[in-house]
Amino acid sequence: MKPPAFAYHAPRTTDEALATLGELGDDAKVLAGGQSLVPLLNMRLAAPAALVDLAHLDGLDAIEVSDDRVRVEARVTHERLRRHPAATDAVPLLREALDWVAHPVIRNRGTALGSIVHADPAAELPAVLSLLGGQVELATSGGTRTAAADDYLLGPLESDTRPGELATALVLPRPGVRTGAAFDELSRRHGDYALAGVAVTVTLDADLAVATARAAFIGVGATPVRVDLTDSLSGQAHDALAPADAVGLARDVIEPTDDIHATADYRRHLAGVLLERALTTAAGRAAAGGTA
Amino acid sequence: MTTNATATGIDAHDRVEVTVTVNGVPRSSQVQPRRLLSDFLRHDLRLTGTHVGCEHGVCGACTVLLDGAPVRSCLTFAVSVDGHELTTIEGLAAADGGLHPVQQAFRDHHGLQCGFCTPGFVVSACGFLAEHPDPDDEQIREGMAGNLCRCTGYTGILGAVRQAADELRATGDDPRQRTRDGATASGEEVSS
Ligand SMILES: Cc1cc2nc3c(=O)[nH]c(=O)nc-3n(C[C@H](O)[C@H](O)[C@H](O)COP(=O)(O)OP(=O)(O)OC[C@H]3O[C@@H](n4cnc5c(N)ncnc54)[C@H](O)[C@@H]3O)c2cc1C
Ligand code: FES
Ligand code: FES
Repeated sequence: MKPPAFAYHAPRTTDEALATLGELGDDAKVLAGGQSLVPLLNMRLAAPAALVDLAHLDGLDAIEVSDDRVRVEARVTHERLRRHPAATDAVPLLREALDWVAHPVIRNRGTALGSIVHADPAAELPAVLSLLGGQVELATSGGTRTAAADDYLLGPLESDTRPGELATALVLPRPGVRTGAAFDELSRRHGDYALAGVAVTVTLDADLAVATARAAFIGVGATPVRVDLTDSLSGQAHDALAPADAVGLARDVIEPTDDIHATADYRRHLAGVLLERALTTAAGRAAAGGTA
Repeated sequence: MTTNATATGIDAHDRVEVTVTVNGVPRSSQVQPRRLLSDFLRHDLRLTGTHVGCEHGVCGACTVLLDGAPVRSCLTFAVSVDGHELTTIEGLAAADGGLHPVQQAFRDHHGLQCGFCTPGFVVSACGFLAEHPDPDDEQIREGMAGNLCRCTGYTGILGAVRQAADELRATGDDPRQRTRDGATASGEEVSS
Protein backbone atom coordinates (compact mmCIF):
# COMPACT_ATOMS: atom_id res chain seq x y z
CA MET A 1 0.00 0.00 0.00
CA LYS A 2 0.95 3.66 -0.15
CA PRO A 3 2.00 5.68 2.88
CA PRO A 4 -0.50 8.16 4.36
CA ALA A 5 0.12 11.86 3.68
CA PHE A 6 2.55 13.62 6.03
CA ALA A 7 4.13 17.04 6.24
CA TYR A 8 7.83 16.90 5.50
CA HIS A 9 10.74 18.65 7.15
CA ALA A 10 14.34 18.39 5.99
CA PRO A 11 16.56 20.17 8.51
CA ARG A 12 20.14 20.94 7.43
CA THR A 13 21.64 21.06 10.91
CA THR A 14 21.12 19.27 14.20
CA ASP A 15 19.93 22.53 15.77
CA GLU A 16 17.33 22.96 13.05
CA ALA A 17 16.21 19.36 13.57
CA LEU A 18 15.84 19.88 17.32
CA ALA A 19 13.96 23.15 16.87
CA THR A 20 11.56 21.50 14.41
CA LEU A 21 11.06 18.44 16.63
CA GLY A 22 10.48 20.73 19.62
CA GLU A 23 7.80 22.68 17.76
CA LEU A 24 6.00 19.62 16.42
CA GLY A 25 6.22 17.52 19.59
CA ASP A 26 3.99 14.47 19.47
CA ASP A 27 2.96 15.05 15.85
CA ALA A 28 6.37 14.30 14.39
CA LYS A 29 8.46 11.21 13.83
CA VAL A 30 12.12 11.16 12.91
CA LEU A 31 12.86 9.55 9.54
CA ALA A 32 16.35 8.03 9.58
CA GLY A 33 17.00 5.21 7.10
CA GLY A 34 13.30 4.44 6.80
CA GLN A 35 13.91 0.68 6.75
CA SER A 36 11.50 0.09 9.63
CA LEU A 37 9.38 3.24 9.55
CA VAL A 38 8.47 3.17 5.85
CA PRO A 39 7.13 -0.42 5.98
CA LEU A 40 4.95 0.69 8.93
CA LEU A 41 3.70 3.67 6.92
CA ASN A 42 3.11 1.60 3.78
CA MET A 43 1.12 -0.91 5.79
CA ARG A 44 -0.74 1.97 7.48
CA LEU A 45 0.36 0.83 10.91
CA ALA A 46 1.67 4.33 11.59
CA ALA A 47 0.38 7.71 10.41
CA PRO A 48 2.45 10.54 11.86
CA ALA A 49 1.34 14.06 10.89
CA ALA A 50 4.91 15.05 10.07
CA LEU A 51 8.29 13.48 9.37
CA VAL A 52 11.60 15.11 10.19
CA ASP A 53 14.04 13.59 7.71
CA LEU A 54 17.72 13.25 8.61
CA ALA A 55 18.63 12.62 4.95
CA HIS A 56 19.61 16.19 4.11
CA LEU A 57 21.21 16.96 7.46
CA ASP A 58 24.85 17.96 7.48
CA GLY A 59 26.41 16.18 10.49
CA LEU A 60 25.57 13.39 12.93
CA ASP A 61 27.58 10.97 10.81
CA ALA A 62 30.66 10.39 12.96
CA ILE A 63 32.04 7.07 14.22
CA GLU A 64 34.39 7.80 17.12
CA VAL A 65 36.71 5.18 18.59
CA SER A 66 38.53 6.06 21.81
CA ASP A 67 40.42 4.07 24.47
CA ASP A 68 37.32 3.08 26.33
CA ARG A 69 34.39 3.26 23.92
CA VAL A 70 32.91 3.42 20.44
CA ARG A 71 30.42 6.20 19.71
CA VAL A 72 28.20 6.03 16.63
CA GLU A 73 26.09 8.98 15.53
CA ALA A 74 22.52 8.91 14.23
CA ARG A 75 23.13 8.98 10.48
CA VAL A 76 25.65 6.12 10.39
CA THR A 77 24.22 3.17 8.45
CA HIS A 78 24.59 -0.47 9.50
CA GLU A 79 26.80 -1.09 6.49
CA ARG A 80 29.11 1.86 7.10
CA LEU A 81 29.64 0.74 10.68
CA ARG A 82 30.16 -2.87 9.61
CA ARG A 83 32.98 -1.74 7.33
CA HIS A 84 34.66 0.51 9.88
CA PRO A 85 37.70 -1.55 10.98
CA ALA A 86 38.62 0.63 13.96
CA ALA A 87 35.11 0.35 15.41
CA THR A 88 34.72 -3.37 14.80
CA ASP A 89 38.24 -4.09 16.10
CA ALA A 90 37.43 -2.14 19.26
CA VAL A 91 34.10 -3.96 19.80
CA PRO A 92 34.34 -7.16 17.74
CA LEU A 93 30.85 -8.26 18.78
CA LEU A 94 29.58 -5.36 16.69
CA ARG A 95 30.96 -6.83 13.50
CA GLU A 96 29.46 -10.25 14.12
CA ALA A 97 26.09 -8.77 15.10
CA LEU A 98 25.99 -6.48 12.05
CA ASP A 99 26.64 -9.44 9.76
CA TRP A 100 23.26 -10.74 10.94
CA VAL A 101 21.34 -7.48 10.50
CA ALA A 102 19.01 -7.71 7.51
CA HIS A 103 20.26 -7.97 3.94
CA PRO A 104 23.09 -5.84 2.57
CA VAL A 105 20.60 -3.75 0.58
CA ILE A 106 18.68 -2.90 3.78
CA ARG A 107 21.93 -2.25 5.66
CA ASN A 108 22.88 0.33 3.04
CA ARG A 109 20.13 2.66 4.29
CA GLY A 110 19.09 1.50 7.75
CA THR A 111 20.94 3.18 10.61
CA ALA A 112 22.50 1.44 13.60
CA LEU A 113 20.95 3.88 16.04
CA GLY A 114 17.57 3.69 14.27
CA SER A 115 17.41 -0.03 14.99
CA ILE A 116 17.95 0.66 18.69
CA VAL A 117 15.30 3.41 18.77
CA HIS A 118 12.94 1.10 16.90
CA ALA A 119 13.54 -1.62 19.56
CA ASP A 120 12.39 -4.68 17.66
CA PRO A 121 12.77 -7.62 20.10
CA ALA A 122 14.37 -9.68 17.31
CA ALA A 123 16.88 -6.98 16.30
CA GLU A 124 20.57 -7.59 16.92
CA LEU A 125 21.91 -4.20 17.96
CA PRO A 126 19.61 -3.61 20.94
CA ALA A 127 20.93 -6.92 22.34
CA VAL A 128 24.52 -5.76 21.83
CA LEU A 129 23.74 -2.49 23.58
CA SER A 130 22.07 -4.32 26.45
CA LEU A 131 24.75 -7.00 26.83
CA LEU A 132 27.67 -4.58 26.79
CA GLY A 133 25.93 -2.03 29.02
CA GLY A 134 25.88 0.67 26.37
CA GLN A 135 24.06 3.96 26.29
CA VAL A 136 21.97 6.13 24.02
CA GLU A 137 22.54 9.89 23.81
CA LEU A 138 19.40 11.96 23.26
CA ALA A 139 18.88 15.67 22.64
CA THR A 140 16.06 18.21 22.63
CA SER A 141 16.26 21.92 21.87
CA GLY A 142 16.55 22.33 25.66
CA GLY A 143 19.45 20.00 26.41
CA THR A 144 20.84 16.49 26.29
CA ARG A 145 20.55 13.33 28.35
CA THR A 146 22.09 9.87 28.32
CA ALA A 147 20.03 6.73 28.84
CA ALA A 148 21.42 3.33 29.87
CA ALA A 149 20.34 0.43 27.67
CA ASP A 150 18.14 -1.14 30.37
CA ASP A 151 16.27 2.10 31.01
CA TYR A 152 15.92 2.85 27.33
CA LEU A 153 14.65 -0.44 25.87
CA LEU A 154 11.16 -0.67 27.34
CA GLY A 155 9.24 -3.21 25.27
CA PRO A 156 8.52 -4.48 21.78
CA LEU A 157 8.93 -1.51 19.41
CA GLU A 158 9.06 0.74 22.46
CA SER A 159 12.08 2.75 23.50
CA ASP A 160 12.17 5.69 25.89
CA THR A 161 12.36 8.30 23.14
CA ARG A 162 10.24 11.24 24.17
CA PRO A 163 8.28 13.67 22.00
CA GLY A 164 10.61 16.33 20.64
CA GLU A 165 13.67 14.16 21.23
CA LEU A 166 16.31 13.15 18.74
CA ALA A 167 18.55 10.19 19.52
CA THR A 168 21.98 11.48 18.52
CA ALA A 169 24.39 8.62 19.24
CA LEU A 170 24.86 5.14 20.65
CA VAL A 171 27.81 4.41 22.88
CA LEU A 172 29.38 1.00 23.47
CA PRO A 173 32.10 0.40 26.06
CA ARG A 174 35.13 -1.56 24.83
CA PRO A 175 35.52 -5.00 26.41
CA GLY A 176 38.23 -5.61 29.01
CA VAL A 177 41.11 -8.10 28.93
CA ARG A 178 40.60 -11.87 28.45
CA THR A 179 37.08 -11.19 27.29
CA GLY A 180 35.61 -12.91 24.26
CA ALA A 181 32.23 -12.42 22.64
CA ALA A 182 30.09 -14.17 20.05
CA PHE A 183 26.75 -13.72 18.29
CA ASP A 184 24.76 -16.59 16.85
CA GLU A 185 21.24 -16.79 15.49
CA LEU A 186 18.96 -18.74 13.22
CA SER A 187 16.57 -17.28 10.67
CA ARG A 188 14.70 -18.86 7.79
CA ARG A 189 16.78 -16.96 5.28
CA HIS A 190 20.00 -15.11 6.06
CA GLY A 191 19.03 -11.48 6.52
CA ASP A 192 15.55 -12.06 7.86
CA TYR A 193 14.74 -11.33 11.46
CA ALA A 194 15.95 -14.14 13.71
CA LEU A 195 13.68 -16.89 15.06
CA ALA A 196 16.00 -16.70 18.05
CA GLY A 197 19.51 -15.47 18.59
CA VAL A 198 22.03 -14.81 21.32
CA ALA A 199 24.96 -12.55 22.07
CA VAL A 200 27.38 -13.65 24.79
CA THR A 201 30.50 -12.37 26.51
CA VAL A 202 32.85 -14.54 28.51
CA THR A 203 35.66 -13.16 30.67
CA LEU A 204 38.39 -15.53 31.86
CA ASP A 205 40.63 -15.30 34.92
CA ALA A 206 44.42 -15.51 34.85
CA ASP A 207 44.22 -19.34 34.73
CA LEU A 208 41.91 -19.16 31.71
CA ALA A 209 38.90 -20.38 33.66
CA VAL A 210 35.59 -18.57 33.40
CA ALA A 211 35.35 -15.53 35.67
CA THR A 212 32.08 -14.07 34.32
CA ALA A 213 29.66 -14.93 31.54
CA ARG A 214 26.58 -13.18 30.27
CA ALA A 215 24.11 -13.58 27.45
CA ALA A 216 21.43 -11.47 25.78
CA PHE A 217 18.77 -13.28 23.74
CA ILE A 218 16.73 -11.88 20.86
CA GLY A 219 13.37 -13.01 19.52
CA VAL A 220 12.37 -14.70 22.79
CA GLY A 221 10.99 -11.84 24.88
CA ALA A 222 9.65 -8.30 24.75
CA THR A 223 13.13 -6.78 24.83
CA PRO A 224 16.58 -8.36 24.62
CA VAL A 225 16.58 -10.85 27.52
CA ARG A 226 19.81 -10.63 29.50
CA VAL A 227 20.89 -13.57 31.61
CA ASP A 228 23.86 -13.62 33.97
CA LEU A 229 25.46 -17.06 33.62
CA THR A 230 28.40 -16.47 35.93
CA ASP A 231 27.13 -18.75 38.71
CA SER A 232 26.59 -21.62 36.27
CA LEU A 233 29.97 -21.35 34.58
CA SER A 234 32.53 -19.72 36.86
CA GLY A 235 35.68 -21.73 37.42
CA GLN A 236 35.18 -23.92 34.36
CA ALA A 237 38.16 -24.28 32.05
CA HIS A 238 37.75 -22.30 28.85
CA ASP A 239 38.24 -25.38 26.67
CA ALA A 240 36.06 -27.77 28.70
CA LEU A 241 32.86 -25.86 29.33
CA ALA A 242 29.95 -27.87 30.74
CA PRO A 243 27.14 -25.50 29.77
CA ALA A 244 24.13 -27.65 30.71
CA ASP A 245 23.29 -25.57 33.82
CA ALA A 246 23.68 -22.32 31.93
CA VAL A 247 21.46 -23.58 29.13
CA GLY A 248 18.83 -24.75 31.62
CA LEU A 249 18.87 -21.41 33.40
CA ALA A 250 18.51 -19.49 30.15
CA ARG A 251 15.67 -21.68 28.94
CA ASP A 252 13.81 -20.90 32.19
CA VAL A 253 14.29 -17.16 31.94
CA ILE A 254 13.37 -16.50 28.32
CA GLU A 255 9.74 -16.06 27.30
CA PRO A 256 9.34 -17.14 23.69
CA THR A 257 5.92 -17.11 22.01
CA ASP A 258 4.36 -18.95 19.07
CA ASP A 259 3.97 -17.27 15.72
CA ILE A 260 3.73 -18.32 12.07
CA HIS A 261 7.50 -18.79 11.89
CA ALA A 262 8.07 -21.07 14.87
CA THR A 263 6.54 -22.42 18.06
CA ALA A 264 7.57 -21.23 21.50
CA ASP A 265 8.96 -24.70 22.30
CA TYR A 266 11.11 -24.70 19.22
CA ARG A 267 12.45 -21.25 20.02
CA ARG A 268 13.25 -22.31 23.60
CA HIS A 269 15.14 -25.33 22.32
CA LEU A 270 16.92 -23.28 19.68
CA ALA A 271 17.96 -20.58 22.15
CA GLY A 272 19.73 -23.21 24.26
CA VAL A 273 21.54 -24.72 21.30
CA LEU A 274 22.69 -21.31 20.12
CA LEU A 275 23.80 -20.39 23.64
CA GLU A 276 25.97 -23.48 23.94
CA ARG A 277 27.66 -22.77 20.62
CA ALA A 278 28.16 -19.09 21.32
CA LEU A 279 29.62 -19.75 24.78
CA THR A 280 32.18 -22.16 23.34
CA THR A 281 33.17 -19.68 20.64
CA ALA A 282 33.39 -16.76 23.05
CA ALA A 283 35.46 -18.72 25.60
CA GLY A 284 37.84 -19.77 22.86
CA ARG A 285 38.22 -16.20 21.70
CA ALA A 286 38.81 -14.98 25.22
CA ALA A 287 41.56 -17.56 25.68
CA ALA A 288 43.12 -16.63 22.34
CA GLY A 289 43.90 -13.38 24.06
CA GLY A 290 42.03 -11.01 21.85
CA THR A 291 38.94 -9.22 22.79
CA ALA A 292 37.19 -10.99 19.94
CA MET B 1 24.03 19.21 -2.21
CA THR B 2 21.05 21.31 -3.21
CA THR B 3 17.56 20.39 -2.26
CA ASN B 4 14.24 22.13 -2.45
CA ALA B 5 13.00 20.53 0.72
CA THR B 6 13.47 22.73 3.76
CA ALA B 7 13.42 22.66 7.53
CA THR B 8 10.36 24.90 7.56
CA GLY B 9 8.53 22.08 5.90
CA ILE B 10 6.20 21.11 3.12
CA ASP B 11 2.54 20.56 3.87
CA ALA B 12 1.29 17.03 3.44
CA HIS B 13 -0.68 17.78 0.26
CA ASP B 14 1.68 20.33 -1.27
CA ARG B 15 4.08 19.40 -3.99
CA VAL B 16 7.77 20.01 -4.08
CA GLU B 17 10.19 19.72 -6.95
CA VAL B 18 12.50 16.71 -6.73
CA THR B 19 15.48 16.52 -9.07
CA VAL B 20 17.60 13.41 -9.43
CA THR B 21 20.08 12.19 -11.99
CA VAL B 22 18.70 8.92 -13.35
CA ASN B 23 20.98 6.82 -15.54
CA GLY B 24 23.08 9.92 -16.20
CA VAL B 25 20.17 12.19 -17.13
CA PRO B 26 18.85 14.93 -14.80
CA ARG B 27 15.12 14.43 -14.25
CA SER B 28 12.64 16.30 -12.10
CA SER B 29 9.01 16.29 -11.14
CA GLN B 30 6.69 17.91 -8.61
CA VAL B 31 5.62 15.43 -5.96
CA GLN B 32 4.00 15.17 -2.55
CA PRO B 33 6.27 14.23 0.36
CA ARG B 34 4.59 10.81 0.59
CA ARG B 35 5.74 9.83 -2.93
CA LEU B 36 7.80 6.64 -2.74
CA LEU B 37 10.90 6.58 -4.89
CA SER B 38 9.52 3.48 -6.65
CA ASP B 39 6.37 5.39 -7.65
CA PHE B 40 8.38 8.49 -8.52
CA LEU B 41 10.39 6.44 -11.00
CA ARG B 42 7.42 4.53 -12.39
CA HIS B 43 4.63 7.11 -12.44
CA ASP B 44 6.33 10.49 -12.53
CA LEU B 45 9.36 9.65 -14.65
CA ARG B 46 7.68 6.82 -16.58
CA LEU B 47 10.58 4.46 -15.94
CA THR B 48 8.54 1.32 -15.40
CA GLY B 49 11.43 -1.13 -15.42
CA THR B 50 11.68 -0.90 -11.64
CA HIS B 51 9.04 -3.29 -10.31
CA VAL B 52 7.00 -3.20 -7.14
CA GLY B 53 6.15 -6.47 -5.44
CA CYS B 54 5.54 -6.20 -1.74
CA GLU B 55 6.04 -2.52 -0.97
CA HIS B 56 7.50 -3.31 2.42
CA GLY B 57 11.09 -4.18 1.77
CA VAL B 58 10.90 -7.96 1.60
CA CYS B 59 10.93 -8.96 -2.08
CA GLY B 60 13.67 -6.77 -3.59
CA ALA B 61 11.85 -6.22 -6.93
CA CYS B 62 12.17 -2.45 -6.50
CA THR B 63 15.95 -2.37 -5.95
CA VAL B 64 17.80 0.55 -7.59
CA LEU B 65 21.31 1.95 -7.15
CA LEU B 66 21.48 5.14 -5.08
CA ASP B 67 24.88 6.81 -5.50
CA GLY B 68 26.14 3.40 -6.62
CA ALA B 69 24.78 1.30 -3.73
CA PRO B 70 21.66 -0.90 -3.99
CA VAL B 71 18.64 0.26 -1.97
CA ARG B 72 14.92 -0.50 -1.80
CA SER B 73 13.07 2.22 -3.72
CA CYS B 74 9.80 1.22 -1.99
CA LEU B 75 11.33 2.11 1.41
CA THR B 76 12.71 5.48 0.29
CA PHE B 77 10.85 8.73 -0.31
CA ALA B 78 11.61 10.70 -3.46
CA VAL B 79 12.10 13.87 -1.36
CA SER B 80 14.85 12.14 0.63
CA VAL B 81 17.01 11.56 -2.44
CA ASP B 82 16.62 14.99 -4.04
CA GLY B 83 19.99 15.89 -5.57
CA HIS B 84 21.29 12.30 -5.73
CA GLU B 85 22.20 9.87 -8.52
CA LEU B 86 20.20 6.77 -9.37
CA THR B 87 20.74 3.84 -11.67
CA THR B 88 17.74 1.74 -12.67
CA ILE B 89 17.42 -1.34 -14.83
CA GLU B 90 16.96 1.01 -17.83
CA GLY B 91 20.50 2.30 -17.28
CA LEU B 92 22.43 -0.92 -17.91
CA ALA B 93 22.01 -2.06 -21.53
CA ALA B 94 23.91 -0.16 -24.23
CA ALA B 95 22.10 2.49 -26.25
CA ASP B 96 22.23 0.12 -29.24
CA GLY B 97 20.45 -2.56 -27.19
CA GLY B 98 23.53 -4.65 -26.38
CA LEU B 99 22.91 -6.40 -23.09
CA HIS B 100 24.86 -5.67 -19.93
CA PRO B 101 27.01 -8.67 -18.85
CA VAL B 102 24.64 -9.33 -15.93
CA GLN B 103 21.61 -9.27 -18.23
CA GLN B 104 23.35 -11.52 -20.74
CA ALA B 105 24.24 -13.95 -17.98
CA PHE B 106 20.62 -14.11 -16.75
CA ARG B 107 19.61 -14.91 -20.31
CA ASP B 108 22.30 -17.57 -20.74
CA HIS B 109 21.45 -19.32 -17.47
CA HIS B 110 17.65 -19.07 -17.64
CA GLY B 111 17.87 -16.83 -14.59
CA LEU B 112 14.34 -15.62 -15.33
CA GLN B 113 10.97 -17.03 -16.25
CA CYS B 114 8.12 -14.55 -15.81
CA GLY B 115 10.64 -11.75 -15.38
CA PHE B 116 8.84 -9.89 -12.60
CA CYS B 117 11.70 -10.17 -10.13
CA THR B 118 14.43 -9.73 -12.74
CA PRO B 119 15.03 -5.95 -12.64
CA GLY B 120 15.56 -6.20 -8.89
CA PHE B 121 17.87 -9.19 -9.19
CA VAL B 122 19.94 -7.64 -11.99
CA VAL B 123 20.35 -4.30 -10.21
CA SER B 124 21.13 -6.03 -6.89
CA ALA B 125 23.70 -8.22 -8.67
CA CYS B 126 25.37 -5.13 -10.18
CA GLY B 127 25.68 -3.57 -6.73
CA PHE B 128 26.86 -6.85 -5.22
CA LEU B 129 29.51 -7.48 -7.90
CA ALA B 130 30.88 -3.96 -7.52
CA GLU B 131 31.63 -4.89 -3.88
CA HIS B 132 32.57 -8.56 -4.46
CA PRO B 133 34.28 -8.89 -7.86
CA ASP B 134 35.35 -12.47 -7.15
CA PRO B 135 32.62 -13.99 -4.97
CA ASP B 136 32.40 -17.62 -3.89
CA ASP B 137 29.07 -19.48 -4.08
CA GLU B 138 28.27 -18.78 -0.43
CA GLN B 139 28.77 -15.04 -0.92
CA ILE B 140 26.59 -15.04 -4.02
CA ARG B 141 23.84 -16.84 -2.13
CA GLU B 142 24.00 -14.39 0.73
CA GLY B 143 24.32 -11.40 -1.59
CA MET B 144 21.18 -12.39 -3.49
CA ALA B 145 19.20 -13.57 -0.43
CA GLY B 146 17.39 -10.24 -0.18
CA ASN B 147 15.52 -10.84 -3.44
CA LEU B 148 12.63 -13.22 -3.93
CA CYS B 149 11.81 -15.16 -7.11
CA ARG B 150 8.65 -17.25 -7.37
CA CYS B 151 9.57 -18.97 -10.63
CA THR B 152 13.15 -20.04 -11.17
CA GLY B 153 14.18 -21.87 -8.04
CA TYR B 154 17.25 -19.62 -7.92
CA THR B 155 19.78 -22.06 -9.42
CA GLY B 156 19.87 -20.23 -12.75
CA ILE B 157 20.18 -16.90 -10.96
CA LEU B 158 23.19 -18.06 -8.94
CA GLY B 159 24.80 -19.41 -12.10
CA ALA B 160 24.15 -16.12 -13.85
CA VAL B 161 25.80 -14.08 -11.13
CA ARG B 162 28.81 -16.41 -11.23
CA GLN B 163 29.16 -15.99 -15.00
CA ALA B 164 28.71 -12.21 -14.79
CA ALA B 165 31.42 -12.03 -12.12
CA ASP B 166 33.88 -13.86 -14.37
CA GLU B 167 32.97 -11.75 -17.37
CA LEU B 168 33.27 -8.46 -15.52
CA ARG B 169 36.58 -9.44 -13.95
CA ALA B 170 37.93 -10.24 -17.40
CA THR B 171 36.94 -6.86 -18.83
CA GLY B 172 37.54 -4.86 -15.66
CA ASP B 173 34.30 -2.93 -16.26
CA ASP B 174 32.41 -1.43 -13.33
CA PRO B 175 29.22 -3.53 -13.09
CA ARG B 176 27.23 -0.38 -12.37
CA GLN B 177 28.12 1.31 -15.66
CA ARG B 178 25.99 1.25 -18.78
CA THR B 179 27.37 -1.15 -21.39
CA ARG B 180 29.05 0.59 -24.35
CA ASP B 181 27.63 0.40 -27.85
CA GLY B 182 29.11 -2.49 -29.80
CA ALA B 183 30.44 -4.16 -26.66
CA THR B 184 28.27 -7.26 -26.76
CA ALA B 185 28.76 -9.47 -23.74
CA SER B 186 30.24 -12.75 -24.93
CA GLY B 187 27.72 -15.05 -23.24
CA GLU B 188 28.23 -18.71 -22.62
CA GLU B 189 26.68 -21.89 -23.98
CA VAL B 190 24.95 -23.68 -21.15
CA SER B 191 24.23 -27.32 -21.75
CA SER B 192 20.83 -28.79 -20.86
C1 LIG C 1 13.30 -6.90 4.90
C2 LIG C 1 13.88 -6.32 6.16
C3 LIG C 1 14.62 -7.13 7.01
C4 LIG C 1 15.17 -6.61 8.17
N1 LIG C 1 15.87 -7.45 8.97
C5 LIG C 1 16.43 -6.96 10.10
C6 LIG C 1 17.20 -7.81 10.96
O1 LIG C 1 17.38 -9.00 10.70
N2 LIG C 1 17.71 -7.25 12.08
C7 LIG C 1 17.53 -5.93 12.40
O2 LIG C 1 18.04 -5.48 13.41
N3 LIG C 1 16.85 -5.11 11.60
C8 LIG C 1 16.28 -5.59 10.47
N4 LIG C 1 15.56 -4.73 9.68
C9 LIG C 1 15.36 -3.31 10.11
C10 LIG C 1 16.56 -2.43 9.86
O3 LIG C 1 17.62 -2.80 10.68
C11 LIG C 1 16.25 -0.96 10.11
O4 LIG C 1 17.24 -0.28 9.45
C12 LIG C 1 16.29 -0.47 11.53
O5 LIG C 1 15.45 -1.23 12.34
C13 LIG C 1 15.79 0.95 11.64
O6 LIG C 1 16.74 1.88 11.24
P1 LIG C 1 16.35 3.05 10.24
O7 LIG C 1 17.49 3.98 10.21
O8 LIG C 1 15.92 2.48 8.96
O9 LIG C 1 15.15 3.76 11.03
P2 LIG C 1 13.74 4.30 10.54
O10 LIG C 1 12.98 3.25 9.84
O11 LIG C 1 13.94 5.59 9.82
O12 LIG C 1 13.09 4.60 11.96
C14 LIG C 1 12.64 3.56 12.82
C15 LIG C 1 12.00 4.18 14.07
O13 LIG C 1 12.98 4.80 14.89
C16 LIG C 1 12.77 6.21 14.98
N5 LIG C 1 14.10 6.82 14.86
C17 LIG C 1 15.10 6.42 14.01
N6 LIG C 1 16.20 7.14 14.22
C18 LIG C 1 15.90 8.02 15.22
C19 LIG C 1 16.65 9.02 15.90
N7 LIG C 1 17.93 9.27 15.59
N8 LIG C 1 16.04 9.73 16.88
C20 LIG C 1 14.74 9.49 17.21
N9 LIG C 1 13.98 8.55 16.60
C21 LIG C 1 14.56 7.82 15.62
C22 LIG C 1 11.80 6.56 13.87
O14 LIG C 1 11.02 7.69 14.19
C23 LIG C 1 10.99 5.29 13.76
O15 LIG C 1 10.01 5.27 14.74
C24 LIG C 1 14.99 -5.22 8.50
C25 LIG C 1 14.27 -4.40 7.65
C26 LIG C 1 13.70 -4.93 6.49
C27 LIG C 1 12.91 -4.03 5.59
S1 FES D 1 8.62 -3.83 -3.61
FE1 FES D 1 10.33 -3.04 -2.55
S2 FES D 1 11.09 -4.77 -1.59
FE2 FES D 1 9.25 -5.54 -2.46
S1 FES E 1 11.15 -15.02 -12.77
FE1 FES E 1 9.13 -14.96 -12.04
S2 FES E 1 9.43 -14.21 -10.03
FE2 FES E 1 11.43 -14.52 -10.69
